[in-house]
Amino acid sequence: MTTTPGGLLLVLAVLVPFVGVLAGFALGGRNAQRVATLTILAGAGVAIAIAAAMARSGDALVYLLGGWAPPLGIALRADGLALVMMLAVAVVILGIGVYARADFGTPAAVREARAPLVFWTLLLAIWGSLNLVFVSGDLFTLYVALELLTFAAVPLVSLDGKADTLRAALRYLLYALLGSVFYLLGAVLLYGAYGTLDIQLLSQRIVPEPATLAAAALMTAGLLAKTALFPLHLWLPPAHAGAPAAASAVLSGLVIKGSWFLVVRLWFNVFPGVVNLQSAQLLAALGAGAILVGNVVALRQERLKLLVAYSTVAQIGYLFLMFPLAFGAAAGLDASDALTGGMLQAISHATAKAAMFMAAGLIYLALGHDRIAGLAGVARALPVSVLTFALAGAALMGLPPSGAYVAKKLFFDAAAGSGQWWWELVLDVGGLLTASYVVLVLAHALCPAADPIEPRKPVSRMAEGAALALALCSLLLGFVADGAISLDALSSALTLSDLWSAILLVVGGGALAAALGHRLPPLAVGDAVVALGRPLRRAMLAAGGMLAWTDGMLRQWPVAGLALIAVAIAFGAAILTGR
Amino acid sequence: MTDAATLFGLCAAGLVGLGVYALIVNPQPLRKILAFNVVGNGVFVLFGAVAYGGGALGWGGDPVPQALLITGIVVAFSATALAVALLLRLFDETGSATLASDAPAKPDADAGEA
Repeated sequence: MTTTPGGLLLVLAVLVPFVGVLAGFALGGRNAQRVATLTILAGAGVAIAIAAAMARSGDALVYLLGGWAPPLGIALRADGLALVMMLAVAVVILGIGVYARADFGTPAAVREARAPLVFWTLLLAIWGSLNLVFVSGDLFTLYVALELLTFAAVPLVSLDGKADTLRAALRYLLYALLGSVFYLLGAVLLYGAYGTLDIQLLSQRIVPEPATLAAAALMTAGLLAKTALFPLHLWLPPAHAGAPAAASAVLSGLVIKGSWFLVVRLWFNVFPGVVNLQSAQLLAALGAGAILVGNVVALRQERLKLLVAYSTVAQIGYLFLMFPLAFGAAAGLDASDALTGGMLQAISHATAKAAMFMAAGLIYLALGHDRIAGLAGVARALPVSVLTFALAGAALMGLPPSGAYVAKKLFFDAAAGSGQWWWELVLDVGGLLTASYVVLVLAHALCPAADPIEPRKPVSRMAEGAALALALCSLLLGFVADGAISLDALSSALTLSDLWSAILLVVGGGALAAALGHRLPPLAVGDAVVALGRPLRRAMLAAGGMLAWTDGMLRQWPVAGLALIAVAIAFGAAILTGR
Repeated sequence: MTDAATLFGLCAAGLVGLGVYALIVNPQPLRKILAFNVVGNGVFVLFGAVAYGGGALGWGGDPVPQALLITGIVVAFSATALAVALLLRLFDETGSATLASDAPAKPDADAGEA
């Protein structure tokens, strides 16, 4: 293995953001924002250059640090997966950078304010750590990258310094540390068994034996804790809902993708010969649990930001559905259409969720609150923000031509191909539930207010534009994907049957919202339907209450700790019994 | 030599077990931070044992784990520092250091809910 032409770009992808972090701290004050702006532009340029270099060589880029080849040295390696993630992250960071100028400008009267300085430097730190996660070719470097990511993300949670957000940050940090210790333990076991931590060398040497099995189970469970996959999501809702909108967009859109990407790396590149269909089914079953519980609890929230945070809990579930579907006819994981679908889902969620949090933040800014029941009239006052919310919601539901729609198509094909019809059911129910809370919010927002709303603070046009642009990115991702992976999913995108299923999705979602939501949107249902639906609604509310209670129990610390151990053991058992 | 490695391995397992138990059971954040350090040290001891036993390479005293270990200790130290800083700030804000916020406030809320 040698350094390829353009390999130095991988070093720049990591180095540029971190140079920005140091320069931002050193120069301080309002210079931090200027440095961040420059760095974001430079970093986006590096990402594009990497894409160009890979397009030229048609192969992965490699850089050997100090010219030493593994196992003695450390390699940076960017393949297609790393590239798409790097590009997606660059786009989202760009959007957030534009959006946050309004929120995190340093006021004219002071030389330096704490929140802007911390936000701009940590935004760059998160970017650098994410790029390191994408290009590392070594499990220990990945550990360090993940820890950097967590250390950069935790302070963003408590930017406003209130007691609640400090508590949420501390919970997040402690649980993430528990997860990363599990990961490190697994890495140590692998080193003990194979004498290397390089991903390529490991994948050649690895054999199914007890140490490998334990390592796979521990590392997977630890990473799931950092990704906040159900039932290990205790830290996510308070952390993501309490942070300022721009920070929530980073945390929800990008940070959780770091550890998720590492699970993908491990399963597809390190352990493909060790993991089996049973363990993949378990992973997706947890995902299905996330979709059900996250969506239903989201529907029951009274505050918009908490609703969006719970929607993230659910969307994390989608990211794990691809694992059993990627088991092709040949035994073992292969880089199939299901993997493409998973990546699309991740990118689609990153852009859509960032846009959704931004829109929620603007609504909060204008109203001074984000109670869903008090949203009436906001569509008149903030049409662009409500439109952004609707478009991002449509992208999350998987309406054509969004990236999630193409992903869903790929998942359906893979499910039909391997006879796993139950995951199609999960996808359908999940789409319906997603539609329900989007419709619920929109129904409230579109209601005319008794008297027109005067925004408390002027809303920045630029921030609105950035949010809208990200939502459009997510919604139009299908076209990009269609060009890149040449599948004919989109040629049939606007056929009549798809139109019908889209309408059905929205109407069904509305019905579900009426049945399950806490407060009925006032214009949605007539009296006769209400009278007819009352017993049904009571039953649905009871079921929703059960799920919310389950969620509350699982988010108690002792339960979550035990759940982590249980998940690790379950993965070990699944891998063991499958052989 | 193998015996010493086994002994260290068992010590490591004991430390990890103790730490994880404490991390789950103790409601106080400071104890959780200490427990995390105990787990971390367990993992480091295991790494030392792997290096001492030579692992897959069969050398006595493999130097790579030692280098990784030092990095690991630095990471654990930074994590502890960050956690303690958050805890101190929380104490300044509220006058108490507990993580039990979104648990519904029950009159009989006793130990166990962290």
